[in-house]
Amino acid sequence: MKNSVDRDLPEDVMKDLNYQPFESTEIGHPEIQRVAPKVHVSTGDDKVVTSIKAVVKDTLKDGMTISFHHHFRNGDFVFNEVMREIIDAGYKDLTLAPSSLTGVMNDMVIEAIKAGTITHITSSGMRGSLGDFVSHGGLKNPVIFRSHGNRARAIEHGDIKIDVAFLGVPNADALGNANGMAGDAVFGSLGYALMDAQYADKVVLLTDNIVKYPNTPASIKQTQVDYVVRVDKVGDPDKIGSGATRFTKDPKELKIASTVNDVIVNSPYFKDGFSFQTGSGGAALAVTRYLRQAMIDNKIKASFALGGITKPTTDLLAEGLVDKVMDVQDFDKGAADSMHTNANQQEIDASWYADPDNKGAMVDQLDVVILSALEIDTKFNVNVMSGSDGVIRGAIGGHQDAATAKLTIISAPLVRGRIATIVPDVTTVVTPGDSVDVLVTEYGIAINPKRQDLVKSLSNLPGVPVYTIDELQQLAEKKVGKPKPLEFTDRTVAMIEYRDGSIIDTIKEVKD
Amino acid sequence: MAENEERLRRTMMFVPGNNPAMVKDAGIYGADSIMFDLEDSVSMAEKDAARVLVYEALQTQDYGDAELVVRVNGQDTPYYENDVKAMVKAGIDIIRLPKAESPEMVQQLEADIIAAEKQFGLPEGSTGLMAAIESAKGVMNAYPIASASKRMMGIALSAEDYTTDMKTHRYPDGAELEFARNMVLHAARAAGVAAFDTVFTNMDDTEGFYRETEYIHQLGFDGKSLVNPRQIPMVNKVYEPTEKEIRNAKNVINAIEEARLKGSGVISMNGQMVDRPVVLRAQRVMRIAKASNLVDEEGNYIEK
Repeated sequence: MKNSVDRDLPEDVMKDLNYQPFESTEIGHPEIQRVAPKVHVSTGDDKVVTSIKAVVKDTLKDGMTISFHHHFRNGDFVFNEVMREIIDAGYKDLTLAPSSLTGVMNDMVIEAIKAGTITHITSSGMRGSLGDFVSHGGLKNPVIFRSHGNRARAIEHGDIKIDVAFLGVPNADALGNANGMAGDAVFGSLGYALMDAQYADKVVLLTDNIVKYPNTPASIKQTQVDYVVRVDKVGDPDKIGSGATRFTKDPKELKIASTVNDVIVNSPYFKDGFSFQTGSGGAALAVTRYLRQAMIDNKIKASFALGGITKPTTDLLAEGLVDKVMDVQDFDKGAADSMHTNANQQEIDASWYADPDNKGAMVDQLDVVILSALEIDTKFNVNVMSGSDGVIRGAIGGHQDAATAKLTIISAPLVRGRIATIVPDVTTVVTPGDSVDVLVTEYGIAINPKRQDLVKSLSNLPGVPVYTIDELQQLAEKKVGKPKPLEFTDRTVAMIEYRDGSIIDTIKEVKD
Repeated sequence: MAENEERLRRTMMFVPGNNPAMVKDAGIYGADSIMFDLEDSVSMAEKDAARVLVYEALQTQDYGDAELVVRVNGQDTPYYENDVKAMVKAGIDIIRLPKAESPEMVQQLEADIIAAEKQFGLPEGSTGLMAAIESAKGVMNAYPIASASKRMMGIALSAEDYTTDMKTHRYPDGAELEFARNMVLHAARAAGVAAFDTVFTNMDDTEGFYRETEYIHQLGFDGKSLVNPRQIPMVNKVYEPTEKEIRNAKNVINAIEEARLKGSGVISMNGQMVDRPVVLRAQRVMRIAKASNLVDEEGNYIEK
């Protein structure tokens, strides 16, 4: 069967997993029934324990679904410590449902799969050795990739039913009131973990910093928490964030960033009270700096900045150029610290951020977003999941969610090394071209022909050549040639959900 | 080939000829001239590889309207001959001779270019040349060098070698280059060719870069050699005419048009005769204004 972005979907897998093919970016106004977790009633006086092993034994059974968050990124100690106990205790057939998987977790996940401990995975993404392992058929059941907003939706629907959530926090009191802002291993917003805390049947906090009761501000609340486990260290502060975020000096990134800024400033959305999301990465940070100058020059302020937050964005908040920062995660320590000190930096959970089945999510109010791409094709479909070798090496993150903004800009170089970024057909469709408006490359921009209003406002910018996306694709091909098609087997190793839970594409096992 | 008179040459961006990524991307920054380097930035072991890379890039990559220059290895090296042949064959606009010290060296290059054009069946005169002045002797011979060939596009001061030759080094105020800059500039103007100032290598000293660029702009250099694409918008900014200059220039251009329509040989504006230098300056202002996106298609100043 084919879906509306022309992807062939395997009938058997679609049927087995009870999936519908992707049709449209429109969510409509359905009525949704949300689920609620089980509550093991307690007065809360006996939550603190010191043994992960004991908590695992108390809470976990074969076949259950366990979850983690990825706010510690590559500084995470919690995931590996908990998984070590679970593997060693001989558990089988678990579903691993973290908000995402970072590189530091890879070896442990592979070991757990080989031991039969983990047989199902749903995640925002995976990279490195784990992506390679899965792409080579290492996991029997296909991985389900979901965006951050879609994970929230799936949890609320019960598509992901978390039995036990193991959530590392830099502080908690004895009853489980916790936040991400104080302690050695601070990471700021607990945005993704808030879903797990709210919906998991059993919530286990792990912390190296038990503080006086009651601990405020409480992001995770004692009403949600079953256990507080004292551990030596939850994470390595140096590896949680990127430290001081440095402004790129790469002339190509700067050129792209300044063109992105030109597109924003000359769009109909650049007016007082506009909102934006930039994400991390060199070009995105540079855009923030150009945008700052444009806002000052034009005497324009933003009502809010959204999503994953970096210091350049919280600097805008401190400067008064942005009224509010709506913060689902912090990419660096500067942004995390700012959440602690600036009342206008609001922690939001993944549902508030981007869940489509909602009474209104923040992304629905978003004017401008700048997103990246591993590949983008002539239908404006974007791949942020599989590499040029067909191997899983990415994450959906909030890509599909934020792409529903009024102006979605994809910033990407025409080619990377000898690999074209703009291709006739992306290897994996993650974000449908329908939600993408403008592509910005170092050579010029391409505007989605669906957006004739933008064609009108962006066509005569000095120093910003406008091409059709086919022209840019041909330009890329002229530079690097036509690659040999990738070879895959018939076996499906991953399903890519769209944010509404339908299937937008699948990833096949690579043939070596 | 590039027309010598009319081109803007504010920025000549150096691109190491052995760096595929930089060679591939050289066209995206809006440099007036791109100078592929086969000389100092390429190690001995990579001389052939760089020559082949630049040759292939010239066949396959689109550098838009930029003037394409290649700096070949010196005449005293075993690479020079193959460099010249390959670049002429590739159809380069300009071959830049390093360490030029005498008109004979330029004439030698010209002869080698002519031979190569013949060998590859190219129309004679399709390849231009320029010379880099990098020594005291070169400075003293600047005019004979600048006027040594009809193909001469321009001369450039290269301060690193020159200051070493002068037993000094570069200082922030540039006093050590005062004589050389003025010699090169005067030689170029007297010979009717372009003049390029030397590179500024400290990318962290934006203020110093602006100071030096404003200074050489004031002296009258066509432009500056650049080591980093990030310097291009900064040079263009310095060379931007003011709104007043643009409005004046537009009036002069209008007066020329009026005179042409009337069939009159005398151009007058506000009752005054407009002489040739004023016309030339106005035309130059409008060219830069266009390149800087300060005027519309008709040459009207775009209000900010």
